[in-house]
Amino acid sequence: MNRARLVRIIGTYGVLIALAALILFGFLRYDRFVSFYNVMTLLRYNSMFALVALGMCFVIMTGGIDLSVGSVAALGSVASALASPYGIVPGLAAGIGAGLAAGLINATLVTRANLMPFIATLATMQAASGSALLLAGNQTVSVSYESGFTAIGQGNFWTFPIPAAIAVLAYLIGSLVLNYTGTGRAVLAIGGGEDASRLMGLRTDRVKFLVYVASGGLAGLAGVILASQFGAGQPIEGVGWELFAIAAVVVGGTLLTGGSGSVVTTLAGVLLLGILFNVLNFENGMGWISLSAYWQSVIRGLFLLVVVLLQARLTRRRLNAL
Amino acid sequence: MTRPPDGPSPLLLDMRDIQKRFAGIPALADASLCVRSGEVHALIGQNGAGKSTLIKVLTGYHRKDAGQVLFEGEPFEVHSPHQAQVNGISTIYQEINLVPLRSVTENICLGREQRRYGLLDWNAMHAEAERLLSRFAIGIDVRRPLGEFNTATQQMVAIARAIGFSARLVIMDEPTSSLDEREVGVLFSVIHQLKAEGVSVIFVSHKLDELYEVCDQVTIMRDGRTVRSAAMEEIGKLELVAAMLGRDVAAVEGHATAFGERDRSRIGDVMFSARGLGAGQAVRNVSFDLRRGEIAGFAGLLGAGRTETARLVFGVDRPSAGQMTMEGAEYHPDRPADAIAAGMGFCTEDRKGEGIVPEMTVAENLTLALLPKISRNGVLDDSRQREIVERFIRELGIKCSGPNQKVRELSGGNQQKVLLARWLAMNPKLLILDEPTRGIDVGAKGEIQRLIRRLADQGLGVLMISSELEEVIEGADRIFVLRDGVSVTELEAEAANEEKVLTAMAHGTGASSGATT
Repeated sequence: MNRARLVRIIGTYGVLIALAALILFGFLRYDRFVSFYNVMTLLRYNSMFALVALGMCFVIMTGGIDLSVGSVAALGSVASALASPYGIVPGLAAGIGAGLAAGLINATLVTRANLMPFIATLATMQAASGSALLLAGNQTVSVSYESGFTAIGQGNFWTFPIPAAIAVLAYLIGSLVLNYTGTGRAVLAIGGGEDASRLMGLRTDRVKFLVYVASGGLAGLAGVILASQFGAGQPIEGVGWELFAIAAVVVGGTLLTGGSGSVVTTLAGVLLLGILFNVLNFENGMGWISLSAYWQSVIRGLFLLVVVLLQARLTRRRLNAL
Repeated sequence: MTRPPDGPSPLLLDMRDIQKRFAGIPALADASLCVRSGEVHALIGQNGAGKSTLIKVLTGYHRKDAGQVLFEGEPFEVHSPHQAQVNGISTIYQEINLVPLRSVTENICLGREQRRYGLLDWNAMHAEAERLLSRFAIGIDVRRPLGEFNTATQQMVAIARAIGFSARLVIMDEPTSSLDEREVGVLFSVIHQLKAEGVSVIFVSHKLDELYEVCDQVTIMRDGRTVRSAAMEEIGKLELVAAMLGRDVAAVEGHATAFGERDRSRIGDVMFSARGLGAGQAVRNVSFDLRRGEIAGFAGLLGAGRTETARLVFGVDRPSAGQMTMEGAEYHPDRPADAIAAGMGFCTEDRKGEGIVPEMTVAENLTLALLPKISRNGVLDDSRQREIVERFIRELGIKCSGPNQKVRELSGGNQQKVLLARWLAMNPKLLILDEPTRGIDVGAKGEIQRLIRRLADQGLGVLMISSELEEVIEGADRIFVLRDGVSVTELEAEAANEEKVLTAMAHGTGASSGATT
C-alpha cells in the first residue's frame, strides 16, 4: 500500500477508529456510560447538531460555508414554538419554513449577488438572530404541551428517540442524494473546481442554491427539535453551533476547501464530538475535575479549534499526495 | 473569403461578422468561421487575435454584441456551456478543466449521468467511462481520483468526456500541448475516427506541422478579424505564418522601431551560454550564447518555448537536460534568488500579475528587491531610498508626479520603466525582457526601445523575447529562432530579415547564417 493511499484511508476512516476508541474508553472508565439512559439521552440531544452538520456538510463540499445555522435554528425554534398550539404539523412547518426562508436568502446572496459565502451567511446570522428575538419578544416562548408538539423532541419511536430517528432518516436521504444523484455528484465537482464544473456544463449556481436552501431547512428542523425537546422556543440558543457543525464535518474527513467528503463520516464526526463532551461531563461528575459551564465552553472552543487544525494538516498531506 | 455554401459537404457551423467588446475595447471586430460536417478545421492566430473569444462566444461563455451564428442551418444562441453541450457542441479547453479530486468516471460522466430507478447507476457509468477510454488505448482504474494520473491521461479523459456527449462539433483548444508524440498519434487517430463518423472538429494549435497533418481547412485570425480562410493544401506554411503576423512576405519596410543604430564594436565576449536545454515538452533543445553588451532576440510563434527557456535561465523552473554557464562558470540555478545572485534580472511578460504592486508607490515598487541593501538594522534608510529612486526617475525618464505616486496611476509604459528600474537598481549583468513593449502605446514603446539599446551600449547583456517581428529584427544584435521548443536558427543582425525569420518560424530550417549546435 502506498503512502498516498494510507493517508487517504486515515483521512476518511480515522474518525470511525477514533469513535470506537473513545467509546471503549468511556465504557471502561465510567459505570453508566454505556447505560441505556445515557446512550438515548446522548442521541436525543445530539440529533439537532447532526441535522445542522448535515446541511453544513453539503455546503462545505461545494467549497462554501454557512455560518448562519446556529441563529437560524434559534429562529426556527421560536417560530415553531409560536405555531405549536396548532399541532405538530404547523409547528414543524413554521420551524422548517423559517429555516428555508433564511436558506433562500443565503442562496440568493451567494449565487445571484455573488457574495462570498462567509460574508453572506454572517449577515444572515445577525439578521436571523435579531428576527428570533423580535418574534419572541426578547424572551423564551413556551410551547404548547396539549397539541402533541413535544413528541417531536421528547417522544420515542418504540424505545428510540424520535429526533434521533429523524436525524438517521435525514442522513440516509443525504447519503443517497450525495452518492446516487447527479446533483450530489455536482456538489462535489463544484467544490473540486467551480470553473471547471461550469465549463463541464454543470449548472453550478442551481446546485449551490439548493445546498444553501437545504442547509437553512435542516437548521430550521433542528430548531423545531430544540423547541420541542426543551419545551420552549429559545431565541438566544444556537451560539457556537456553526463551529460545532464545521468541526464535525471536518473531523468526518470532508475537505474544508470542498470537493471531497462523505455524509456517513460526518455523522460519525457529530457522534465523536458529542461523546467527547459527554465524557467531559462524566469526568466532571467523578469529581476529578470541576468545571463551570463557562470553562466548559472555553474548552470546547479550544478543542474544536485543535480538531480543525489537525484535520487541516492531514488534508494538506492528502492533497499533496494527489 | 469563406467558401460558398454549396461545397462538398453541408455547412455545420456558420459564424458571420461576430463582434464582441470588453469594456469598450473590441476583442472581436469582424470574425467569421465556417465549418463543414466531418471537417477538421484549424483555427489559428497570434496571442490576442481573438480565437478564444470566438470559441467562448460559440459555447455561450460570452455573449456576442453583433453577428450571426447558424448551427445546422438554424440560428444558434446559447447562454451557457451546458446549453452548448446539450446542443451538440463540446469543448476541450487548453488548461484541463476537470476536477482532480473526483474520480475518472465522474469527470467523464458528470452532466449526463446514467440512472436506474432514478438513482445513479455506477456500474453502467464505470463501464461507459472504460469504453470511451478504450478508444484511446487507455486502461486505467476509472474509480480512482483523476488527480492521481499524469497530465496526458487527464487530457485524454477530457477528450473522452467531450466525445461521450455525442457531439456533432468538438472544439479542441491546443489539445496536444501536454501530450508526447505517441499520445498525439493516438489523438489524431481518434480525430480521424470522429471525422469518419461525420463529427466536425475545430482544432486550435500553434504547432504548424500538426495542422498540416490533421486539418482539412484553416481559418486565420488577427486583431479580432478573420483574415483568411482556405483549404489546408492550398496554403503554404510561410504564407500561413505571414498571414498570422500580418506581414506581406515580399514587402520590406523601413525602420518601424526606435532602437536606432547599433554600435557593434562594444559587444564583448560570451557571458552566458546555454547548450541543449530541455524541460518537458515545452523546451526540447535550446542552445544560445549571449555576449556582454549584446541584445539577443528570441523569435518564435506562441508556444515555441521562448518564455519557458527564459524561466529556466532565471531558475524559476529547472531544466531536465542541458548545461548553462555564466561568466565561464557552470551555472545551475535552483531558484530565482540564485539567478539574481549571479547578476540576472527578469522582467516578465505579465507585468500586472508578476511585476508591479499597483497599490504601492513608485519608490516602494522600485526598491522592493533592494530593501535588504538599503536598510540598516532592518530599518529603511529613507535618504538612500530617495536618492536611488530619484536617480532612476531621472535617468529612465519615468513620468510621475513624484516618488510617492501610486504605480497604479502610471501609464503602461511608465510602469514598465519602474519595473526596469527595479532590476537596474540591482546592477545586473544580464537582463531578460519578456515582451518588454506589449500593451504600451507607441510613444512609450520607442522610449523603452531606446532605453534597451542604451543599456546594452553600457555593457548590459539583454535577452529580449518579443512577438513583434520588427522589434526582434531591428533591435537584436543576434536573433535566435525557436520552433516547437528547439532553437532552430541563429541569425546575425546584418543577415537577418523578415523573410528569413518567418521561414525559420514556419519550416524550422532556412537561411541559417550562424551554426547552431
